Amino acid sequence: MNIKRSNAYSQVTLSIIIALFIALIILPSFASNDVMERLTVLFIYIIMAAMWNTLAGFGGLVSIGQQLFLGLGAYTTIRITDMGISPFIAIVLAACLVGLLSWPISTFMLRLKAGEFAIGMWVLASIGHLLVNLDPLIQGETGISLIALNQYSIESRRLFIYLAALLSMSALLLGLFYVLRSRAGIAMQAIRDNEEAADSIGVDPERVKKWFFIFAAFGTALAGALWLAQASSFQPKTYFSVQWTAYMIFMVLVGGLGRFEGAILGALLFFAVETWFATAGVWYLVGLGAVAMLCSLFLPKGIWGAIESKLGITLVPVGYQVTGLTTDTLKNK
Amino acid sequence: MIMTPYSQLQATGIHKSFGRVQVLNGIDFNMDTDDAIGIVGPNGAGKSTLLSVLSGAQAPTSGQIALNDKDITQLPARERAKQGLVRTHQIPKPFSGISVFENVFVAAIHSATSNREAAYDIALESIKLCGMLHLANREADSIGLLDRKRLELARALATQPKLLFLDEIGGGLTDAEALQLVDTILTLRERGIGIVWIEHIVHILLRVAKTLICMDSGQIIAQGNPNDVMSNQQVMQAYMGGTDHALGA
Ligand SMILES: Nc1ncnc2c1ncn2[C@@H]1O[C@H](COP(=O)(O)OP(=O)(O)OP(=O)(O)O)[C@@H](O)[C@H]1O
Ligand SMILES: [Mg+2]
Repeated sequence: MNIKRSNAYSQVTLSIIIALFIALIILPSFASNDVMERLTVLFIYIIMAAMWNTLAGFGGLVSIGQQLFLGLGAYTTIRITDMGISPFIAIVLAACLVGLLSWPISTFMLRLKAGEFAIGMWVLASIGHLLVNLDPLIQGETGISLIALNQYSIESRRLFIYLAALLSMSALLLGLFYVLRSRAGIAMQAIRDNEEAADSIGVDPERVKKWFFIFAAFGTALAGALWLAQASSFQPKTYFSVQWTAYMIFMVLVGGLGRFEGAILGALLFFAVETWFATAGVWYLVGLGAVAMLCSLFLPKGIWGAIESKLGITLVPVGYQVTGLTTDTLKNK
Repeated sequence: MIMTPYSQLQATGIHKSFGRVQVLNGIDFNMDTDDAIGIVGPNGAGKSTLLSVLSGAQAPTSGQIALNDKDITQLPARERAKQGLVRTHQIPKPFSGISVFENVFVAAIHSATSNREAAYDIALESIKLCGMLHLANREADSIGLLDRKRLELARALATQPKLLFLDEIGGGLTDAEALQLVDTILTLRERGIGIVWIEHIVHILLRVAKTLICMDSGQIIAQGNPNDVMSNQQVMQAYMGGTDHALGA
């Protein structure tokens, strides 16, 4: 008997991912401005979905306040560039600072149970919003532009932001992949499924949950900072809006909760729907809601979950497969 | 000369109440950690609660627990697991979103060893011992109640315990299955693992336990040689009072 952690599909997937990554790196030399701007948005959506999935899908920590970290990521970037630091350094620095801040936040938020945690995060996001509004630099809801970006030409700005989003997304997904395959990854899933049982066999739920919380906060803050760079202006109420978390939930539930591929698929679908139907106004939102409802009714494991159980395919394996379970090994007690 | 390090678990003056309900009422309990002890008692006697307190899942309201004369009353379950004290749950608590193998592996990699390859071996061994190899890749959500109980045992075993607390893992088994379970437990005994086993099916228990404890209303009402305990006046009365389970059923 052996333990396998990859399969034929995942090896093909790996080659495709590498090819895709190289293609995306050289894409700016021939793609149109519009394509690059839209892809930047897609990369940020993928980050948001993957981070929400990290918390809720693998950790059972359903938060409806992740806009807190999105908003703080953007706000901190504004604050740092105001000190004369280059915006691209500021983006990374801001995400790190928010990640650091999420540590003390985690110590009291993670004491809350399920529903309390979800709502508590929302309340915290509202408090964060109010506090940021107190900063005179932001000028209340009027907001402020990321003027530091003006030092670059429009073309190089577009290129830099595109590359920053691509690299951030790739690094976060790679990081998530490794974390999920590590000891902490399986521990987090055990905690999600039964915290008391996890504790009884030696898992430290508080510690593991704290690190996952910080990781998701860092990634979401990075998404916020990147969004600021591509939108180039900051109004607190657009960043601290619960709508962001609604999008994250949509992407993850439709794509497949607790599945690595699910969040990415969900982000792609959301992006496609938005690209084609966003002009439909209210009906666009109604449509999103309807799709999410249909999915949770008929595909409880999301689209990827359904594909996975129908076809038995895993493209990005984070689990463990026992192989060599022949009738011999089974009989040979 | 073989030196077996002498190892003892001691609980003194254990009280546990939930609000105004007194569930454990002054329990004193001593055992060598490589001993085999059976616990019986009517429903609601406090057996599972005692196990929770000993394994660290719940803190006692008052009283002390010591392992080798070191106080562990405040030690959380995860730390006790690393010192070799592990329990199974009466109502199985599987990690339902991951496979049977992963359920057991997570225990091995956290309490037995931090070496991945070694943890694979320990997990497979435990699963095999519990006769679940054919289910290794199944999501725990999809297995039946009896297999969930086996999974409880396999998962606890994968921590490589010194002393195992078993809470009614034999309920619902056919006679043949129950004897198989006894075989498994006797194998663990040969490896020097201590057992505290709660079970209503006394004749099964007696194949493993040399000492029997009977609990009622949060107290130990009899303890010692199984035959003496079973013929004890108070024990018979306790079972007349709570009629849910006849002894030896
Ligand atoms: N968390 C809790 N909150 C309140 N009461 C509890 C709790 N856990 C147990 N009890 C009560 O404590 C008493 C003892 O429960 P316990 O589960 O220890 O009994 P038991 O001897 O294991 O019974 P059984 O044979 O039915 O498993 C019961 O009356 C039960 O209702
Ligand atoms: Mg019980």
